[in-house]
Amino acid sequence: MGKPNDLVQGTLDLLILQTVALEPKHGWAIAKRIQQLSNEVLQVQQGSLYPALHRLEQQGWIRAKWAATETNRQARFYSITAAGRTQLERERESWTRLSSAINLVVENLTLTTATKS
Amino acid sequence: MRWFDQLRRSLSTLLHRTSETAHLTEELQFHLDQQIAENLARGLSPEEARTAALRNFGNPVVLREQARNTWSWAWLEILVRDLRFTVRTLLRDRTFALIAILILGIGIGANVAVFSVVNAVLIRPLPLGQPGQLVRILRKKPAGGESSNTYSVDAVQQFQRSNRSFDQLTGYFAFSGPDNMNLTGSGQPRPISGLMVAQNFFSTLGVQPILGRQFLPEESLPHARPVALLSYAFWKRQYSSNSAIVGQSVSIDKTPVTIVGVLPPSFDFGAIFSPGAREDLYVPVVLDDIRDEGNTLALVGRLKPGVTLAHAQSEADTLVPTLFFSAKHPEWGTGYDARLLVLKDFVSGKLRQSLIALWCAVGMILLIVCVNLSNLLLARSSARAKEFALRTALGAARSRIVRQLLTESLVLATAGALLGLALAFAVTSYLAHQTSIALPMLASIRVDSQALTWTILIALLTATIFGLAPALKLASSASNLQETLKDGGRGTSDGASHNRLRSVLVISEVALACILLVGAGLLLRSFLHVLDVDLGFEPSRAAAISVQIDVPDSPNAPATRWALWQNVIHQISTLPGIETAGLTDNLPLSRNRSWGIRAKGHEYRPDELPGTFVYITSPGYLTSIGMRLTRGRDFTWDDGPKSQRVVIINQTVADYLWPGQDPINRMAVVSGEDTLVIGVIANVRESGAESAPGWQMYLPASQNGPDTPYLVVRTKLPPAQLSLSVMKTLRAINPGQPATEFLPIQSLVDHAVSPRRFFVILVSIFALLGLILAALGIYGVISYSVTQRTQEIGIRMALGSSPAQVQFGVLSKTLRLALIGIALGTVASVAASRLITALLFGTQSTDPLTFLAMITILAFIALIAGYVPARRASRISPMTALRNQ
Repeated sequence: MGKPNDLVQGTLDLLILQTVALEPKHGWAIAKRIQQLSNEVLQVQQGSLYPALHRLEQQGWIRAKWAATETNRQARFYSITAAGRTQLERERESWTRLSSAINLVVENLTLTTATKS
Repeated sequence: MRWFDQLRRSLSTLLHRTSETAHLTEELQFHLDQQIAENLARGLSPEEARTAALRNFGNPVVLREQARNTWSWAWLEILVRDLRFTVRTLLRDRTFALIAILILGIGIGANVAVFSVVNAVLIRPLPLGQPGQLVRILRKKPAGGESSNTYSVDAVQQFQRSNRSFDQLTGYFAFSGPDNMNLTGSGQPRPISGLMVAQNFFSTLGVQPILGRQFLPEESLPHARPVALLSYAFWKRQYSSNSAIVGQSVSIDKTPVTIVGVLPPSFDFGAIFSPGAREDLYVPVVLDDIRDEGNTLALVGRLKPGVTLAHAQSEADTLVPTLFFSAKHPEWGTGYDARLLVLKDFVSGKLRQSLIALWCAVGMILLIVCVNLSNLLLARSSARAKEFALRTALGAARSRIVRQLLTESLVLATAGALLGLALAFAVTSYLAHQTSIALPMLASIRVDSQALTWTILIALLTATIFGLAPALKLASSASNLQETLKDGGRGTSDGASHNRLRSVLVISEVALACILLVGAGLLLRSFLHVLDVDLGFEPSRAAAISVQIDVPDSPNAPATRWALWQNVIHQISTLPGIETAGLTDNLPLSRNRSWGIRAKGHEYRPDELPGTFVYITSPGYLTSIGMRLTRGRDFTWDDGPKSQRVVIINQTVADYLWPGQDPINRMAVVSGEDTLVIGVIANVRESGAESAPGWQMYLPASQNGPDTPYLVVRTKLPPAQLSLSVMKTLRAINPGQPATEFLPIQSLVDHAVSPRRFFVILVSIFALLGLILAALGIYGVISYSVTQRTQEIGIRMALGSSPAQVQFGVLSKTLRLALIGIALGTVASVAASRLITALLFGTQSTDPLTFLAMITILAFIALIAGYVPARRASRISPMTALRNQ
């Protein structure tokens, strides 16, 4: 699941929101974190990252601020807002519901095929 | 408050575009740098690090675009960019832009002006209170023109008591003429026009005075204190809008009259009830005073809420025939009928057809304008085909190019609409101040918010119509990109279908212009016929002036008056420059009233004899006005107050009462008295050139004296030169003569035909415009085709064709186009002119002469339009043509 097109847009929002929920990060750091945490499986391309970040900002779920990094360069740090936290909960809920539903279907079918063959 | 924050953010992305874009670039650059740093840390060389990072990153420009697209103002950006580009292109092509805007301005301006006229006359409700409930009550077959749509006082009061459909009934005295009162007091008496109205006239109409109050019921009782309401225009003119005049007393006809109020400027009596009339003030009518004067009141009613016109009409059909002419003399009978019309229909109903025809004409002009512009744009866009092919090759979507072209046509349409608005404004201001045209509601024509909305609509419509065709045509030609982009390419590859489209457009233009021309020709012919009608009198070199003869009331008064008039006429006739003079109480083509005449000794059915117009005249009048006596004699000064009562009748009366016999010296009965017929005059069209002559009789002034007659003179010189001497003579006889003006009889005639003249002029202007536009269209198409075929013509000339042959070829192509258009146009005109049959006079809707003349004109103009390119074609030098690709 390396290509950005495979990621449903909603799940990218969930990942970003979860990443900045803990502490403010800039765009590069967000992408790197997601990559690390998922054991290099999820590699978010810049082409989908920045539009997603701006969309989330327009919706008011994250807030951006210019600040200095460790290397003293200016970068845009994104942090979550209160509304963003609510949205994060909602996204987590729906993701859990969706993934368990898919699991149920797949397991059922596997059983059926197993019994058939 | 989320939406507020969102809005704030959206606005900031709109207003701080540059800084936001810079920030975005910086952010992406930071990301890239981090990636490069990581690659370096992993051990790649600087160049490899950079290329790997960039490869991973993707196209930064595309990324930036994608990010920016989330900012949600993309459509505005594109629009602004398109607009800037359009303005730049148009500025480069200034002549084209100017011509296009001019044509659009004329087309849209004409449309808005006509819309304003139609709005004022037909659509806009009258400026009265709840005008939909107001009804005008007329007779079904008025025997003597507009003025006999009246009822007697007793009949009206009976109607008021017994009807159930009307909330209120009111009316006005229908027989006052202009300048019927005098403002006396200091200095010379000034003539003013006053109208007697019922006490509840203004309250029924829903007109509130802006100063003062309405009439009170006690003010229309006999011997009440005289009061008056001023019209706004008179108040402004005479009293300089001084509000202190309310409550003051002014002297009118030497009687003190109190001014109780001023009417609002929106109320114009003439505009609603009598086009061309101008009333200065209004007085309450004392009904008892006019009770015995016959049918004098014109009626207006306000329907009760919930009562429909049909309901009221059916009640009137049963109720009105029972109304008595006179309560004192019920034996004089009944015999009224009533026809109810909503007041708005009464005001403008007659004009509806003319105005609709005018609207269609102006709509056709707009169509021609659109077609013309479409052609122009087609030619222009085929010249820009290379540019569009390049843009398509670079990745523009077809919708993008179409959007660009539509923006262009929108910009042109907007500029044209602005110009058109200015033109319409000028035209409507001019029209609103024209008092010589007898059209109702003329003074209220203006460009208002409805007209503005109409302008915007038309501008959008025209932009779509004329922009769509070239845009779609061009975008579809993007299929053959390579051919178009080549240097030697011909511009558009499908030149044949392009030309066909342009030819079709020009043919439709010619057809539309043909319809307009034929319509204008038919109307013009009708107008000329109207002017040619024998009115029965000679209006040129005759003028009238109203005189006042003050004779104190006494048993001998008629004789004194008779002598005075004799003196007046004798003195006036001897003035140098005056041929004859005479007195009359009513001029032709003005209001009049009707009495009855019948032959003595004959029995007539009730209602058999129509009302007869009465003119009370002195000797000399008939010759002064130019009427022709076919038998018998004019009145003489011997026909005095005590002599045998005499009458002169017109041919129609003579033919009816004494058919086939000589009416001279026969006895007639006029108003109950035996009267001798002494003369017969040829028929006079007293109601207008277009209506048939009615019944007329002339009675000597000695036996039926008027108080303020008109002095009619026939002059050798223009009347204005003689006004001074005539005034002096009149003043010498009667120092109280008010300062009246000479009224040329010709102006009465002109006034009567002014509506028809107005329409003819307008339609002719439109037809001329259509002709010019069609000619321009033909010129454009032929010129373009010559340019396209330059090579071919060069080859032909090189192979031996003479210039004359080339010219002939071009002209025959022109003629072919024009003839197809004319043929289509003629067929359409035959159908269209059938629709305006009601507007024609003395002309058939398929009048062959008009059709032939217009076809010839159109063909001729088409040939001229094609002549210039033909000459250009014949001058093509084969060498240069073959060299230039």
